[in-house]
Amino acid sequence: MGNVELIALLPIIVIAAAAVVVMLSAAFKSPHALLSGLTLLGLLLTLTAMLWANDVAPLQVTPLLIVDRFALFYSALIVLSAMVVTLLSGRYLSGVGSLVEQPRQQAHLAAEYYILLLTATLGAMVLVASRHFAAFFIGLELLGVSLYVLVAYLAPLSAARAPSLEAGMKYLILSGVASALLLFGIALLYAEFGTLEFNQLGELWQNPAAMDNTIVAAGLVLLLSGACFKLSLVPFHMWTPDVYEGAPAPITAFVATVSKGAIFAFVLRLFVDTNAFVHPAVYGALTIVAILSMVGGNLLALLQNNVKRMLAYSSIAHMGYLLVVLLAGSNSVTSTALVSEAVGFYLVAYFVTTLGAFGVVTVLSKAGAEHDSDQLNDYRGLFWRAPGLAMILVAMLLSLAGIPLTVGFVGKFYIVVVGVQAYMWLLLAALVLGSVIGLYYYLRLIVVMFMSDEKGSERSALMTQIAPGDRLVLLGLVMLLVWLGIYPDPLISLIQYTGLNQL
Amino acid sequence: MMLVYLILLLFVGGLLCWLVDRVKLADPRWLAVIVQVVALVLVLAGYLNSEGFEVAGRTWLIGLDVPWISRFGVGFTLAMDGLSLLMVVMALFLGIVAVLSSWQEIERSSGFFHFNLLWTLAGVVGVFTALDLFLFFVFWEVMLVPMYFIIAVWGHEKRVYAAMKFFIFTQASGLLMLLAIVGLVYFHHQATGVLTFNYFSLLDTPLSETVSFWLMLGFFIAFAVKLPAVPVHTWLPDAHTQAPTAGSVILAGILLKTGAYGVIRFVVPLFPEASVQFAPIAMGLGVASIVYGAAVAFAQTDLKRLIAYTSISHMGFVLLGVYSGNELGMQGAVMTMLAHGMTSAALFAFAGAIQQRIHTRDMREMGGFWNSAPRLGAWVLFFSVPALGMPGLANFIGEFLALVGAFKAHAWLTVIAAAGLILAPVYSLVVIQRVFHGKPQGDYVVRDASAREVIMMAMMAVVTILLGLYPQAALELVSAGLTVAPVIETQTADLMVFLN
Repeated sequence: MGNVELIALLPIIVIAAAAVVVMLSAAFKSPHALLSGLTLLGLLLTLTAMLWANDVAPLQVTPLLIVDRFALFYSALIVLSAMVVTLLSGRYLSGVGSLVEQPRQQAHLAAEYYILLLTATLGAMVLVASRHFAAFFIGLELLGVSLYVLVAYLAPLSAARAPSLEAGMKYLILSGVASALLLFGIALLYAEFGTLEFNQLGELWQNPAAMDNTIVAAGLVLLLSGACFKLSLVPFHMWTPDVYEGAPAPITAFVATVSKGAIFAFVLRLFVDTNAFVHPAVYGALTIVAILSMVGGNLLALLQNNVKRMLAYSSIAHMGYLLVVLLAGSNSVTSTALVSEAVGFYLVAYFVTTLGAFGVVTVLSKAGAEHDSDQLNDYRGLFWRAPGLAMILVAMLLSLAGIPLTVGFVGKFYIVVVGVQAYMWLLLAALVLGSVIGLYYYLRLIVVMFMSDEKGSERSALMTQIAPGDRLVLLGLVMLLVWLGIYPDPLISLIQYTGLNQL
Repeated sequence: MMLVYLILLLFVGGLLCWLVDRVKLADPRWLAVIVQVVALVLVLAGYLNSEGFEVAGRTWLIGLDVPWISRFGVGFTLAMDGLSLLMVVMALFLGIVAVLSSWQEIERSSGFFHFNLLWTLAGVVGVFTALDLFLFFVFWEVMLVPMYFIIAVWGHEKRVYAAMKFFIFTQASGLLMLLAIVGLVYFHHQATGVLTFNYFSLLDTPLSETVSFWLMLGFFIAFAVKLPAVPVHTWLPDAHTQAPTAGSVILAGILLKTGAYGVIRFVVPLFPEASVQFAPIAMGLGVASIVYGAAVAFAQTDLKRLIAYTSISHMGFVLLGVYSGNELGMQGAVMTMLAHGMTSAALFAFAGAIQQRIHTRDMREMGGFWNSAPRLGAWVLFFSVPALGMPGLANFIGEFLALVGAFKAHAWLTVIAAAGLILAPVYSLVVIQRVFHGKPQGDYVVRDASAREVIMMAMMAVVTILLGLYPQAALELVSAGLTVAPVIETQTADLMVFLN
């Protein structure tokens, strides 16, 4: 491996090193603030390393990884999100120490959290750079295993947090099943074609014989089932609300954005490289999944009184919307460049909005408390207690609902444009239906924030603790949301520049 | 640039209202009034200084076109013709009335209330001037969100339900319009290779008959919901009834007109053939709205709900006129929009005034108010008279022209619609009779109209009389901007001879 390859891998190396550094510093009983600072520094250095890597991109590093602009763009997105999560975790975790008796354990507790956050980010970065099933699986498991622990992270601290353990277990077992499905699917494809590289796969299954091959179809469907599970698409969504509810709020944000985004970026690359769209089994199955997710996700969200669960179902629906774009790729009218562009924009919109929404939940919650502030009632009258915070959440919810002047609208607009171009009227009808149902629960939360609240004083006690740092992060996110909603051109150019353009 | 300043002024003014209220620097009510007066002056100054230019065979007063989202060929295109000018002036005028009408009603977070009010108006002004379909859609939704807050936060007892219904109806139909807009742009792109959302470029998009019909329907549904036309009117009685007074004034006076404006500006010019095809159905819906609205209004006991149903009835004339396919009908529609803007705003302001005094809208508990509040009664009588179509006042001109225009196109529908003119006096006089005459039901002593209320009512009364006595000024201003769908072949040629 030459120097060039090392430079290309620099971001991945730096973040792995950062994880080691944080681990070592925990051995010296570093205080929480230092650990958090080191994590941030590591992520910042990773981001800087991407600038160098960009100079040598695109470059295939070993058969496993490809460092191209696409991979770097999504890596940057992932690392930035991880930074937001780290920043939000600082105050959220600050009370954790008091729940543990020995001071030694305190440092370990916080250190574990940040180490796992870094390894999960590493896994996601590997995912978006993989062009080979082996690399994909390594990335996926790195991400998954880190998250199992993070989801259940608060469980040992207090009895009231026991549901976290359940969420972690559920995630572990169901993820295991999904991984098994994925592996089996990959194995079937390997048995048939004798390769794990996407490019070669794509060439091999272009011939009509492969199309009719049952083993290929079974392999693809298993592979997609696994991916749908990770993306929490209906009917593979069962774990989502429980995990979202049980996980600590910042980790929920991480699961919702980084984990799903990385996998979607990977699926996009897989589809573009291998041209899996052409397989009729894939198209048919994914169309059904998309419709079910858009309508079902939104319908199930209607019944929730828990904000985290509601956002979980909302994320299911959003992944369904994204699937519409992916499916449009099967139509010859729609260019891969446009699909990749639309997915990129929608994911950025979704990241900003979801981080913001869970950011508000995090700011209102505390790891030391019995549960996160995720009941609808916790938000009652929020506007009258903290107008700024409430308006930030309103902006995030409106963006999720796709109202203009927010980035969410431009994202949804992209989907409509792609859908119209590919003549997917049925899917668009489902999108409209899903969006309209979705409005109801977004508005419900907004209305609750404006209601008068007789127990306001109790809840406002929580409010006094908003750290200035948290405020800044949320303000940054909301400004990004409005700016990209009003003037999306620069981001669009960037995404076009980093998009996939093959086929 | 004037139009940009105008919209910015309203956005920034709204933010300022909120800000000065939070730091207790000034009264947001006065600030809101000042912002709107400045905006009005700005519009009129822009009108007087404009030289006018021709695009697409129509005269425009002021315009602006800069690229916005170049990826999609979206431009920041604003332009104002006579129709837009009238609508914008009316919106700002009624905006001032709205602030005055809720002067004492808003106790909680007055700054945030006026922020929402001004942002709604900014959206409305945007809707009336945007000539890029993307931009139009953005403003279409922008006026929706603050209005939702006005209803949901400051409304009456069932406000959450009403606000939710209002939002979901509008948004659902709006999404259909978004699909239609994107579809239209896509087919235009396919035919010409140019990706643009510009109104003028899209005007002559070659479309097949089916495609044109479906796209037209996407637009029409969105506008019919806003208008509202039967059967998608059900959000309106709830929203109007539950909104605070200023909200009702803006909803009835201004927001409903955006639907009519959309049909006039977009549906008919963009899809002329499909509109002709669709005209009988649209006129049928208009007639159904006229008769149904009037009949149901008569049965109401809730004062605001009654007025809300009369709005449906009056807006039916607009739909009838727009689809009549001739200039008379079109002018009648515009005139009715202006006239209804004044009278409905005045009646809602009155209903708000009553509710503020006796804390109920139930007409069964009212009666005999003339004794204690003769001035208020006189004003309400004054605004009931145009509502029932008295000649010499604006509403009469509008409805008469709409009926004449429609008669040329479809005689029998017009005959039924004219029956609505009989129903109008019934419900109008019922209000006067139940509220102001008869035996007092409760032991209320109703305060008479205050100076603020008299000024507010007088403002609207002057406009109603002026429009009624000299409609030519407004009609001439508008006529340059109207696209009339090609004349519809009818079987009523003999009747037309009779008419002429």
